[in-house]
Amino acid sequence: MKLQYLEDVVTLELNVDKCIGCGMCVAVCPHRVFQLNNKKAEIIDRDACMECGACSRNCPVEAIRVKTGVGCAAAVIQGFIQGTDPVCDCGCDKKTKGC
Amino acid sequence: MSEPLIGNNSACLINNVSTTLSKQDRLGGWKVRWGINRTSYIVEPGIYAVNNPDSSSVVLVSANYKLSFDVLRSQLAGLKAWILVLDTKGINVWCAAGKGTFGTEELINRIEVSGLTSVVNHRKLLLPQLGAVGVCAHEVRRRSGFSVIYGPVRASDIKAFIDAGMKATEEMRRVKFSFYDRLVLTPVEFINSLKYLLVAIVVFFLLSGLNQEGFSRELMFRNGLGSSIILFTAYLAGTIAGPLLLPWIPGRSFAFKGAILGLLVTAILWYVAWTGNWANTLSWLLLVLPICSYLVMNFTGSSTYTSLSGVKKEMRVAVPLQIISAFVGIVFWVIVRFI
Repeated sequence: MKLQYLEDVVTLELNVDKCIGCGMCVAVCPHRVFQLNNKKAEIIDRDACMECGACSRNCPVEAIRVKTGVGCAAAVIQGFIQGTDPVCDCGCDKKTKGC
Repeated sequence: MSEPLIGNNSACLINNVSTTLSKQDRLGGWKVRWGINRTSYIVEPGIYAVNNPDSSSVVLVSANYKLSFDVLRSQLAGLKAWILVLDTKGINVWCAAGKGTFGTEELINRIEVSGLTSVVNHRKLLLPQLGAVGVCAHEVRRRSGFSVIYGPVRASDIKAFIDAGMKATEEMRRVKFSFYDRLVLTPVEFINSLKYLLVAIVVFFLLSGLNQEGFSRELMFRNGLGSSIILFTAYLAGTIAGPLLLPWIPGRSFAFKGAILGLLVTAILWYVAWTGNWANTLSWLLLVLPICSYLVMNFTGSSTYTSLSGVKKEMRVAVPLQIISAFVGIVFWVIVRFI
């Protein structure tokens, strides 16, 4: 059974005019959101996007925009308490050295 | 790990590592799955040699979380390779990439510090696909001369990927969240919020002693035990059953799935231990629903497919409802002690 998250929420945007069809977004996306069609990237499963930002970071022509972040309720709560953006501090205990 | 050896033509010390995990490695892996020493389970950043590689051997890039490193090397039997371990502060590749520690800057820095250019004669790096969250391939190439190839998501596909001429199948590129993937996460889920469960149990033990005549120790032990069992059941449902049954619980929002689970838990408890007291059952329903909803909602952080926008959206609705339900539930539950 396929796990699907909420519909119509993600901030992913693709500027097809800028796209040079290198296929990097297709390669790095862990949820197969993109497909290459006639040397242009195309969003084929938008709701599967988890906003990790791998595509936009590796797009050489900045054709992809997405507001990235971790989809983690605990991080959102931490951020809310501290008045900041979501704070992901799992496995990164502040008492431990090196963190 | 075996004895250090001197790298081919470089001055730095390179450790040779085995592709089989020792009993100690397995025990360490098991412990971190239970949250024991999870933050200090690290390997030194730098270059490691696997199966006596030479200057033309492939370079695999990994995180310095020992569990990640062990999973990687255990999949490399028969493959000559170098492993370049980045300093990710003991965090796995995907999480570290999200934080930026498995990132462009650290990769470029580690290439330099480790003296990689004198160890290999090619300029190619094979990164785990999920590292792409933190690494900008074209920038790495521009600044270090190394071109980044994103390999498969899972280390178990690396050999097949290389054998296919550095080509990934669709399956290799897709992140999954199988029953087993969720199963290995449940111990940490269970351990992480345990302290809150213990506090709740103590509070409910104390409140259980209240009645019209004041406080009764006998009542406390009699009713406190029942309360603890209900709380513990709700906790097990939220931290273990929720994650495991995720695809089969209706709804898309995690908080909603949790609430459904809470309803189920209350129904089961009602069926198994019906006391004839409707008010009491209703107060427990109002408490168990938000507990399960909250715990399953927290599993969004461990899941592999939730977006921040989505989590924020479901929380805007769910968190106020959870708070109201829990508050009304506890007030109601206390009132029931007095009637």
